[in-house]
Amino acid sequence: MTRKMQNPREVYGRTLVELGESNPDIVVLEADLGKSTMTCYFEERFPERFFEMGIGEANMTSFAGGLSLTGKVPFTNSFAVFAAGRAYDQIRMGICISGLNVKIVGSSAGLSDFGDGASHQTFDDVAIMRVLPGMTVLVPADANEVRRMTRYLASSKGPAYMRISRNDMADVTPPDAPFEPGRPVVLRDGSDCVVFAMGAMVWEALQAAEAMEQEGVSVRVVNVNTLKPADEAALRLLGEGMRGAVTIEEHSIIGGLGSLIAYVFRGSGLPLTCLGIADRFGQSAQSYEELLEAYGLTCRHVCRAIRELMERNGKGKPTCPGSGLAPEIPDFAL
Amino acid sequence: MQTRDIQQLERLARRVRAHIVRMVGVGKKGHLGGGCSAADIVTALYFYKMRHDPKNPKWPDRDRLVLSKGHSCLPQYACLAEMGYFPRAELTRVKTLGAMLQGHPEVHRIPGVEATTGSLGQGISIACGMAAGLKLDGRPGRVYCILGDGELAEGQVWEAALGAAFYKLDNLVAILDNNGLMTNGAIVERYDTTPYAGKWRAFGWHVTEIDGHDMAAIVSALDGVDAIRGRPKMIIARTVKSKGVSFAENRPEFHNGILDADQFAQALRELEPAGDASVTAVEECV
Repeated sequence: MTRKMQNPREVYGRTLVELGESNPDIVVLEADLGKSTMTCYFEERFPERFFEMGIGEANMTSFAGGLSLTGKVPFTNSFAVFAAGRAYDQIRMGICISGLNVKIVGSSAGLSDFGDGASHQTFDDVAIMRVLPGMTVLVPADANEVRRMTRYLASSKGPAYMRISRNDMADVTPPDAPFEPGRPVVLRDGSDCVVFAMGAMVWEALQAAEAMEQEGVSVRVVNVNTLKPADEAALRLLGEGMRGAVTIEEHSIIGGLGSLIAYVFRGSGLPLTCLGIADRFGQSAQSYEELLEAYGLTCRHVCRAIRELMERNGKGKPTCPGSGLAPEIPDFAL
Repeated sequence: MQTRDIQQLERLARRVRAHIVRMVGVGKKGHLGGGCSAADIVTALYFYKMRHDPKNPKWPDRDRLVLSKGHSCLPQYACLAEMGYFPRAELTRVKTLGAMLQGHPEVHRIPGVEATTGSLGQGISIACGMAAGLKLDGRPGRVYCILGDGELAEGQVWEAALGAAFYKLDNLVAILDNNGLMTNGAIVERYDTTPYAGKWRAFGWHVTEIDGHDMAAIVSALDGVDAIRGRPKMIIARTVKSKGVSFAENRPEFHNGILDADQFAQALRELEPAGDASVTAVEECV
């Protein structure tokens, strides 16, 4: 499979500028990470509409709520762990209760900030944003989706959260594809097993599907780019007739994609394996790939899950999240 | 301002307090203390200082009030009802299921309310964002924000204080309802957030100190800070919790306390002395 790489932060930063050109109400708030989140481009082009808020995510988030109450379209930016986590109550009370038009962008999400360890690695942002009434939660699978989703955020009303990876991502969607929020996107069709993936894991799922093809297993890969609101009927349809389903996410299996899919297929009898971060924190490593391997988030792990499901031919009971599949993770003994 | 006008504001503030007592009611919890300590300030803002239009609550050039101490919403509800933002009958339904008037203010639900607050420390940041947004558009609106002294323990207040000075938000006026009590006792004994003037000055704010129940002083301070440019303004208003309800004044148990029937009757007797022109108006509306 050809692998064109783009950096999602770079594309996000450039898209903000493009949107700023056409919409004078767009304002960007930053918590001292503008050269990481790439809001620096917006700052350079529109300094009067750029607010450096220092390392104060709580104030930044409430401040954005105030800006939206005067008709602005604010984008708040920080690492995902701070944008969503540290400012959770500011998002909940000041923004979501009244459905304010604030866009929260969490950068360096998941394991992508590989060197910085548990304090900076975010596996709970999707969960805590999903639980907020009225919140839209977007997880782009590649930089092309980042561009589409950023445009969507600028043109839609209401609170929304988008998570962005730090690292280059392989293109898995065409640059000119439409974005329909809530609609799961089938990137590869198959008839034996369906893999629901989000974010960077979509690429791993596509690779797994190709590998399984060699073993005679036909795999459908679904990019679930909108974790909320989810089109439950459409998702359910994509599991029909399958002998098994796998979810894979660079996020805790609690509250993320695995939880969503398990809920959607409740009572259906579809055997389901959820791959994700199994109720644990992150840690530093020398590379992103090293962490994906250690936490069981590679195409190889997807293949193993599919094989196991196929061996049971759909007759077995649904597997528990991560059961028997989570690899040994080197953990510091407390 | 004429003495007559000050007296009129004082009468209105008494009427606002009577509304507060009626909204607290008998045998139910209600935020009497912080409502009454802020009542004179809130009354002066709505009936004297702020440019606003009850017939056009979203008028873009209006002044705005954000209650960072959202639990002091009862005087705000009373003022909004008196000014016609919504029928006075809504006051009788406060905090009942399905009511417009919630236990804390909500901007999407209540005409005249400018921000959703209740979780402390956030309203001041919201007010800063509003002030910045108005400046971006070159609008003349001012943003007023009432903070509690107990609320100053929230770190976010100081994040906002930094940012407001950095962005030179001189269209922002914060008023500290300095009643000296937190929920469970005296601030200086339980968790001291004093001193105030020096802290705010050090953060780059213009500071004025007044008696928060002296209507002439409130009016004069609100007018006086208009001329200050290039800095956000803080008016530290020394107040008394439950002011106007003698048996509850300065008693922390009336922060979110309960009035029994005798206390309720006494409170209204104190706030609605015979012959006060405001009595009829209050009774009409409840």
